[in-house]
Amino acid sequence: MGKQRVRSEKARPSPPPQSLRLVAPVWNGGTSGIRGLSRSVDPEGSQRKGRTLLQFLADRFYDVEAVREYLLQKQVLKVLQRNRSFTYIKERYGPYVAGAYFILKQGGAVKFQDKEWMWPDGRGLSGELWKLREVPVEAVDASGCAINYQGLDNLLALKELQSLSLQCCPHVDDWCLSRLHQLANSLRELSLAGCPRISERGLACLHHLQNLRRLDISHLPAVSNPGLVQILVEEMLPNCEVLGADWAQGLKLGPEEQSRDTASSPIPA
Amino acid sequence: MLRRALRLGLGPGLLGRGLGTHREGSTLDWHGKVSEIKKTIQSILPGGAWSPLCDTSHLPPEHSDVVIVGGGVLGLSVAYWLKRLEKRQGAIRVLVVERDHTYSQASTVLSVGGIRQQFSLPENIQLSLFSVEFLRNINEYLAVVDDPPLDLQFNPSGYLFLASEEGATIMENNVKVQRQEGAKVCLMSPEQLQKRFPWISTEGVALASYGLENEGWFDPWCLLQGLRRKVQSMGVLFCHGEVTRFVSSSNHMETAIGEEVTLRRIHEVHVKMDHSQEYQPVECAIVVNAAGAWSGRIAELAGIGKGPSGTLQGTKLPVEPRKRYVYLWHCPQGPGLEAPLVADPSGAYFRREGLGNNYLGGCSPAEEEEPDPGNLEVDHDFFQEKVWPHLARRVPAFETLKVRRAWAGYYDYNTFDQNGVVGPHPLVVNMYFATGFSGHGLQQAPAVGRAVAEVMLEGQFQTINLSPFLFSRFYLGEKAQEHCII
Repeated sequence: MGKQRVRSEKARPSPPPQSLRLVAPVWNGGTSGIRGLSRSVDPEGSQRKGRTLLQFLADRFYDVEAVREYLLQKQVLKVLQRNRSFTYIKERYGPYVAGAYFILKQGGAVKFQDKEWMWPDGRGLSGELWKLREVPVEAVDASGCAINYQGLDNLLALKELQSLSLQCCPHVDDWCLSRLHQLANSLRELSLAGCPRISERGLACLHHLQNLRRLDISHLPAVSNPGLVQILVEEMLPNCEVLGADWAQGLKLGPEEQSRDTASSPIPA
Repeated sequence: MLRRALRLGLGPGLLGRGLGTHREGSTLDWHGKVSEIKKTIQSILPGGAWSPLCDTSHLPPEHSDVVIVGGGVLGLSVAYWLKRLEKRQGAIRVLVVERDHTYSQASTVLSVGGIRQQFSLPENIQLSLFSVEFLRNINEYLAVVDDPPLDLQFNPSGYLFLASEEGATIMENNVKVQRQEGAKVCLMSPEQLQKRFPWISTEGVALASYGLENEGWFDPWCLLQGLRRKVQSMGVLFCHGEVTRFVSSSNHMETAIGEEVTLRRIHEVHVKMDHSQEYQPVECAIVVNAAGAWSGRIAELAGIGKGPSGTLQGTKLPVEPRKRYVYLWHCPQGPGLEAPLVADPSGAYFRREGLGNNYLGGCSPAEEEEPDPGNLEVDHDFFQEKVWPHLARRVPAFETLKVRRAWAGYYDYNTFDQNGVVGPHPLVVNMYFATGFSGHGLQQAPAVGRAVAEVMLEGQFQTINLSPFLFSRFYLGEKAQEHCII
């Protein structure tokens, strides 16, 4: 490390007061978010102690702060790199193969029309895939993949896609959902269970998908009122079976049940 | 002298009261005294701002390269892009002067928060497209190490514009331009509209344009705080004060054809502190006018518009505050989760707010009925007479609604052509404008900030060409008007 310059006290701003809500109180999940990223690049062994030491140093030395910012940038770039589009493959083999290749590279599974599910294991990737130029992709299982807004380009080219599973994808958020309208003609089944960044605002864009018959919106931590949102989505998509929270979840006890509770516990003298 | 210096650190009256009080110990605030002593010692050490005669820590610095008048979303956006596009880290000292730190009257936080690409001018569409890309990647642009990520609460529900027979052709042309620029907009006939949104009444509607992606609404307060936090971490200084005077010098020059022209250059900005007569003259190289609804006043202070009318010296900045009302109501049978921001041909608009069947909306009044912008009082009769009938006609469910809350905010209204003013003034050579957006400033702020920073640093627009929005159009009479159906 070069010459370390001590910075004057002014530059570090005080943390914003609680009344300014910069972060939705629900998703404190940790892994998706800049704080989570900085935790994951933390080189120190013991997390708690290590992070405060790094923070202490970053507050006082420009070099340490620059290193931390660089590591953070690298994490972000890694996700971008995984979501690049394969234009050469698209031109040579067509959009279906390009989309399938993208999904298989990410670690997901693809099902072509009248064929079996293809999983990414060395062999399936090389031979068969390149022959399926004209065969449309019917179903995609991208659970747990690091697909983001840019990467969705590859999926949206699959115009005959009928079933899409985006379960537990850490980078799929409301913006990504707003792009799914391009698959409105063919999409029948969609699963968004467990995605940490999806909220009810993104679910509102699903009303373009009028051909949807099965929608799974369970275990979405960023949705504020799962029961209410379930009802609203069911009203929005009348022909669709919506799997999600039970509508009674999150309801407070009614007055009869409340008085029953207090009656059972003895009133302190 | 020594006694006065000591009194600065030890607080008033300790020495004056004598040791008698010290012995009793009842009124002694030891922790307070210790922290004051610490503060004084810190300010005396190198790096602190110690002025031996008086304490000036609350005043802005005496020199600053750029002074941005106005700390709303546009001013902060210019500050952000200046610091981001500067050639060397720390090359430019920027000072943002904001007279109200609670932002109680600022247009940014009182805004409905919508963002759309459905404009008719290609420049507006491009500005909006970049801004939405900025908002989408806001945690990459505005990331501060160790601070939580921002949640803008963006609703990607889109805008739905309705057009009557007269406006249908204009709408079709607009959509063609929008599609050319890359906006995702679709046109719908009344039947398609009825099928898509059964709660709407298509009476009087000939055509509708619906934004499919990158349109919706978000939380402007979050954007403002995110920008503030990031900009502070980049080293921009903030000052809580009001600009009262510009000190400038003039230069009489001749143009190539022999005309006499007077160029002015601002040298100092006098910033007056809140609740006091104290002011600080800040020497500066460039002043950015991002004062929103009060930009006209700031321009007058700089001498813009002082001259015979019809000449360039006599052309004022035509930005004035206009009051607009926003009403929040509850309607139990109202439109559901899919409701976009609907804009009726009559000018009334509404959008969903939250999940509890609440809606926000309003209407721009006609020219003759403009309310007095002296205060931000709400006129509830305006809703009863001018807004509700149109809403109820468009959405029959709105016949039974109950207004819960209402507020008013200012538009920095450009009386010339209702579009922004960007770039330098031709005569006051170091004043740059970023104002006058008449209601769509928030949605274009990130892109406008970048454009103004580019003009300041490179001398011309690099990414989006905003030459139609320069100040000179007021003198030349070239209106950059939106052909909107509303």
